[in-house]
Amino acid sequence: MTEEVSGGVATSAPPGSLSPAVACRGITKRFPGVLANDCVDFEAAVGEVHALLGENGAGKSTLSNILTGLYREDEGELELYGEPVAFGSPRDAIDAGVGMVHQHFRLVESFTVAENVVLGEAGGEAGFRLRPRALEQRVEELGERYGVAVDPRARIWQLSVGEQQRVEILKALYREAKILILDEPTAVLTPQESESLFATLRSMAAEGRTVIFISHKLHEVAAVADRVTVLRAGKSVATVPAAGSTPRSLASLMVGREVEGPRREERAPGGGEVVLTLDGLSAPGDRGGDAVRGVSLELHAGEVLAVAGVAGNGQRELAEAITGTRPLSAGSISVAGRRLRAGDPRAAIRAGIAHVPEDRLHTAVAPSLSIASNVALKSYGGEGSLGPFLRLRRFRERARDLIGRYDVKAPGPETPARLLSGGNLQKVVLGREFAGDPKVLVAASPTRGLDVGAIETVHRYLRDAAAAGVGVLLLSEDLDEVLALADRIAVVYEGAIAGELDAASATVEEIGLLMAGGERT
Amino acid sequence: MRIERRLHQPRWLLVVVPAGSLVFAFAAAALVLLATRHHPIDTYRRLFDAAFFADGALSQAFVTATPLLFTGLAAAVAFRMNLFNIGGEGQLYFGAIGAAAAALYLGDRSPVVLVTAMCLAGGAAGAAWALIPALLKAFLHTNEIITSLMLNYVAALVLNYLIFDSLSYWRDTSSPEAKVFPQGKMLPDNATWSTWIVHGTWVPLGFLIGVGIAAFAWFLYGRTRFGFETQVIGDSPRAARYAGMRIRRKIVAVMCLSGAIAGVGGASQDGDFRHLLDARGLQQSGYGYAGIVVAALGRYNPFAVVLVAFLLGGLTNAGFTLQGADFPSGLVGVLQGMILFSALGGELLVRYRIRLARRGRSAAAEATA
Repeated sequence: MTEEVSGGVATSAPPGSLSPAVACRGITKRFPGVLANDCVDFEAAVGEVHALLGENGAGKSTLSNILTGLYREDEGELELYGEPVAFGSPRDAIDAGVGMVHQHFRLVESFTVAENVVLGEAGGEAGFRLRPRALEQRVEELGERYGVAVDPRARIWQLSVGEQQRVEILKALYREAKILILDEPTAVLTPQESESLFATLRSMAAEGRTVIFISHKLHEVAAVADRVTVLRAGKSVATVPAAGSTPRSLASLMVGREVEGPRREERAPGGGEVVLTLDGLSAPGDRGGDAVRGVSLELHAGEVLAVAGVAGNGQRELAEAITGTRPLSAGSISVAGRRLRAGDPRAAIRAGIAHVPEDRLHTAVAPSLSIASNVALKSYGGEGSLGPFLRLRRFRERARDLIGRYDVKAPGPETPARLLSGGNLQKVVLGREFAGDPKVLVAASPTRGLDVGAIETVHRYLRDAAAAGVGVLLLSEDLDEVLALADRIAVVYEGAIAGELDAASATVEEIGLLMAGGERT
Repeated sequence: MRIERRLHQPRWLLVVVPAGSLVFAFAAAALVLLATRHHPIDTYRRLFDAAFFADGALSQAFVTATPLLFTGLAAAVAFRMNLFNIGGEGQLYFGAIGAAAAALYLGDRSPVVLVTAMCLAGGAAGAAWALIPALLKAFLHTNEIITSLMLNYVAALVLNYLIFDSLSYWRDTSSPEAKVFPQGKMLPDNATWSTWIVHGTWVPLGFLIGVGIAAFAWFLYGRTRFGFETQVIGDSPRAARYAGMRIRRKIVAVMCLSGAIAGVGGASQDGDFRHLLDARGLQQSGYGYAGIVVAALGRYNPFAVVLVAFLLGGLTNAGFTLQGADFPSGLVGVLQGMILFSALGGELLVRYRIRLARRGRSAAAEATA
């Protein structure tokens, strides 16, 4: 369980040598109920920028976690520079020269850049005492050489997100990573910052390092990668040279041919009266600036309108704005023609907006409380109480009812919500939301992290809701889901609607292009 | 060795762990006693005898437990919503100030009127003092631990000012000596709370009021909309907001409830024990801080708080009895400290488990399992 890497620095493996820098053969990783990686084959050459492309849940993150020693593969072999390796811990991977830039940065906010860079590494080189001056100089040199200059004395909280990412890259460079893995690095960057990141990655590759670039944005992959390996549903589908591919061909590889022609169940088209109107809606993001920008949509009764888009393009903020848990910065929301008091969840609930939030465990339910309490979460003040007193017996009856009707696998109504599996928890949430006779249902990534059976169940409930006359607004990153459920599809890109399509005639390529910020053809 | 969070908390742990903690505490303290040449069994017998079994020990335990009961409940009702009101001390001072003012103002009314007025005035004053950190927390997101703690010192200064540095309404200015040795005005006779005698044991009225408040708190938290909302907010503020609950109002309400309970504790100090606004005595006691320990040991359960306050009251008294020429007060402190430390430390075992694992491959395999 040690690393047997051919010695020394990155350049010691000659470019064009026969052994690839990274080789995965038949990597399989199972989680309870999920096959995250299914016999994945993947090779990245020395001096290459190699993109790992795939939808959410395709297994990209699992694979990178295996490469960085966070997970251990169940089956298969991992080789670095032709030598088999087995990582027992992230430390082993770092020692073997694998560096990782996570999507969510691992930085200590109150420390300086230099301190963060040296974090966990100081022991070996400098002994007990830190020598800040020398360290700062080294960080500065590295930054200038690779075009990721950051003031080494600045504290992390003072830096922009793009600069923080540079610190993560500096960390990897400081540890002399020969293989650098970046997990969706552009998700938090502006286009200009992305451009400069790409230049850095290219110069690192030119030095004989290997860059593995995880993304689901097609145009980026084409811009920066030499080769692309596409993952789909845990399997490696193909490895193609980036030069010969188009966003279109990559999109179809990514989504898979068999989804061609949405297999949506035919049902009477919606076309009821308008139940939800968004007019020029803008909402602030968590990091300042607007995450939702001027969204105007109309949702009809009995219709499923899908808002499709890559994660982090404002979907969560849009859902929160509509349901009142996020204030608006501009625009208005109307339910069945009546204008809604913005930023007030109670007003949204009263107006008949049901909400299946993205964060199932901490927003949709209070995890330590019982199923009964969580079923009553929105009705405790109405039928759940008599004056100021709770009707606990009714709580339990309603919960037992819901458990039976939605086939929730739970010992009983007193079970804490956090002990339920994701699928069962989602059934509880859906059951509760439907119980309020909503006019509008806002469902944000309702099937994320669920297994296939639970996904089907959730889809069935959403369809049933639409059939019963509820206007369903589905926010999803999963194109299969969007195509299976939606009557209409609105694609969001960077918080704005990039285009609206009729689901019956929309193609995967069309949607994929809009999602990736491409022009509609 | 790794410490992991338990996914399931078996019920038997809730009994076994506290019992085990106490056994451990007494065993560990026995070593200290042996090292200082005391006989452990003999010492423990004296300890329990002095705490609960000797003549009048039970009555004394109730007396000592009364203020702990109030401050313990005050801490428990706030902590249940993850609202860390450390200001029970200052809120108790203000309760004592308010209750003393009411008693002095009303003078010779009937005892029922006076007791009621003192409780109401004490509760209102405590709640008002708690309102400051409550508003800061609700509207400016200030850390309530720091503000409520700091306000304890301000409250102590207010208390000193009223008795030592001014000719306030509360200060005794009737005699020349009282001007040299400042103290509070004696409260009217009818402001002395009655004592209940049950089978020869004296129970202060304050303790009974405290038990009543405990029952009220239990009902409030378990059976009402108010309590339901505090449960949800305490468990997941995001879920509470999602469900349309008014979190700010609840923060203010719960903080004031907590302050009011501590304030009634201050009223009980005036009425049950001190019969004047005793600036120095209140500050020397540190009831507010002890109440936090009581609440934690009682797991924020109101009825458990009653029990813990009573046991801790006995233990405190036993400490006074034990100490003497051959038994220094420092050693008493060591014994009490070890018992409290073990009881609180045992909490960790309820929520976490400790497992030994080899480093490397096996640990990584477990982490992913």
